[in-house]
Amino acid sequence: MTMKVDTDPEGYLRERSNWTRALAEQMAAADDIELSEAHWEVIEFLQEYYTQYEIAPAIRILTKQIGKRFGKEKGNSRYLYELFPRGPAKQACRYAGLPKPTGCV
Amino acid sequence: MTRSYPIIPLVSESSTSEALGYPGELVDDWQQIAIVRLGELVNGNRALAVFMDTCTRCGACADKCHFGIGTKDPRNMPVARQELLRSVWRRYHTFFGRHLPWLVGARDLDRAMLDDWYSYFHQCSECRRCAVFCPKGIDTTEVTMAGREILATVGLGQRYSQTIVEKAGRLGNNLGMKPAAIANVLENLEEDLADELDEHEWGGPVRLPLDDSSADVLLVVPSADFFAEPHVDGLLGLAKVLHAAGVRWTLSSEASEAANFGLFAGNTKHERELASRLVSAALALGTRRLVIGECGHAWRVAGARLAALMAQMPEHKGITLHDVLDAGRAEHVCELSHELLVSGRIALDATRNSGKVVSYHDSCNIARGAAMGQTVDGAFELPRALLRASVESFVEMPRGTTHRETYCCGGGGGMLADDLVNVRINGASPRAHALAEVVKSHQVTHLAAICAICKTQLSTVLPLAEVGFDLVKIDVVSLHALVGDALVPPHPGES
Repeated sequence: MTMKVDTDPEGYLRERSNWTRALAEQMAAADDIELSEAHWEVIEFLQEYYTQYEIAPAIRILTKQIGKRFGKEKGNSRYLYELFPRGPAKQACRYAGLPKPTGCV
Repeated sequence: MTRSYPIIPLVSESSTSEALGYPGELVDDWQQIAIVRLGELVNGNRALAVFMDTCTRCGACADKCHFGIGTKDPRNMPVARQELLRSVWRRYHTFFGRHLPWLVGARDLDRAMLDDWYSYFHQCSECRRCAVFCPKGIDTTEVTMAGREILATVGLGQRYSQTIVEKAGRLGNNLGMKPAAIANVLENLEEDLADELDEHEWGGPVRLPLDDSSADVLLVVPSADFFAEPHVDGLLGLAKVLHAAGVRWTLSSEASEAANFGLFAGNTKHERELASRLVSAALALGTRRLVIGECGHAWRVAGARLAALMAQMPEHKGITLHDVLDAGRAEHVCELSHELLVSGRIALDATRNSGKVVSYHDSCNIARGAAMGQTVDGAFELPRALLRASVESFVEMPRGTTHRETYCCGGGGGMLADDLVNVRINGASPRAHALAEVVKSHQVTHLAAICAICKTQLSTVLPLAEVGFDLVKIDVVSLHALVGDALVPPHPGES
């Protein structure tokens, strides 16, 4: 049973308040990804950062903070791209219910 | 070759269009409104008026557009793209077009034509390469800018560009970073620099100041430099250069975006509003030098159009750029770094970049948008002079693909949208082939650029380019990242 949600044409939630863990799992499943503890570490960090700064973190901050919190071996972009092959900034933001960072990026 | 036709970029969200003063969706009487707006734009822009009249269909432009070459779609020849607007102009705004349309190739503005406008005016990065070869100097940019403005006026704005213009107007930068977010990034970057650099050699910590009113130089960079890779390294390199030279500089949380998407959406009002932030920030901080970072769209506006735009800024009525800035104009960061290099205030040691074989991509908006330095070729020579001083091995891509004839990266002018990735891959194909030649002949390892869009676009699509072998290992880098790596610390050997 798939949940219907209000997303923009690129699949990002219009309302962050509509986000649930089950919804994130459903979005990931549609990309053939099963969310592991490692995925959740990143998703939850993104949400926490967004709550404070109203934007997703820069890639460099993301890798640095993930490394600091969860172990040095996780603090690099190769690790994050393995988890989120379409890019940690965009794909992980989508699962986290955050808007896509749009600009010259 | 990756193809996906027809190309229909995502249309702007209603709320975004409305915030920018456009209708939220296609209006019922779109045909009438479009015809009137077309008349206003042509009559208000002498260049555009001339371009409605002067094309002789000589064909000089036919094989010059990177989108034409990459997509192999004849409708992406610049002449065909221009003709979409010209034939409608003739139909409704000229005597023969109104009465004998078949005689002069005038065409109706029907729904099919409107859809073609939307598709083909968004397969142009407004890079001006065709204009270099046109014997009449017809600049397709003017045509597609007008076309996009008409489309937005009837409710068909492009999602990517309008999202950015709206965000930059509301929050000060394309990404929508609030001052606290920018401050957090800069803090993190200062921490990284402190970890990386020897404080004794560098004579204290290398800083990234924000809103420092004691600064002499206001630096405005594209917000991508706060956010994305490989852009961030350019900002760090620049911070090291300015530190080593002892320049008192600052970034601004008010003018936190160099790029100006108002120009490419064809809306002078938005362009002016975004540009006025630069002037306001310089005034508020009392800095007499405004320096523009590595950003092509920024330099085309700030380098070539700022004085003219300022004359129309109601909030700065009666003052000129000379009243605000010592030079009477904005400066490019390559001009500043080059000045520091030739005056001996910084020293570069190319052996510090040993092993890198570097080529340079001239960004279209710098090559054909605004001059740099004191000479005609400054926009080509200054970045190259910095590169040559920074690396041991510098290789030019083939003639006809660089300097004034450079190929656009395929992502400029509002084309960097994710939904346009297929056409972006095609648009980058001429650049990818030129690069492939020097990778084969000289084992090039790095491609330097001085534009945020070029860096994002090329690092995204070069790995997908079909040139007979893999370009995935080529590092797209910021020019000032290489300069920063070559920089000799102010007190070398002291630790």
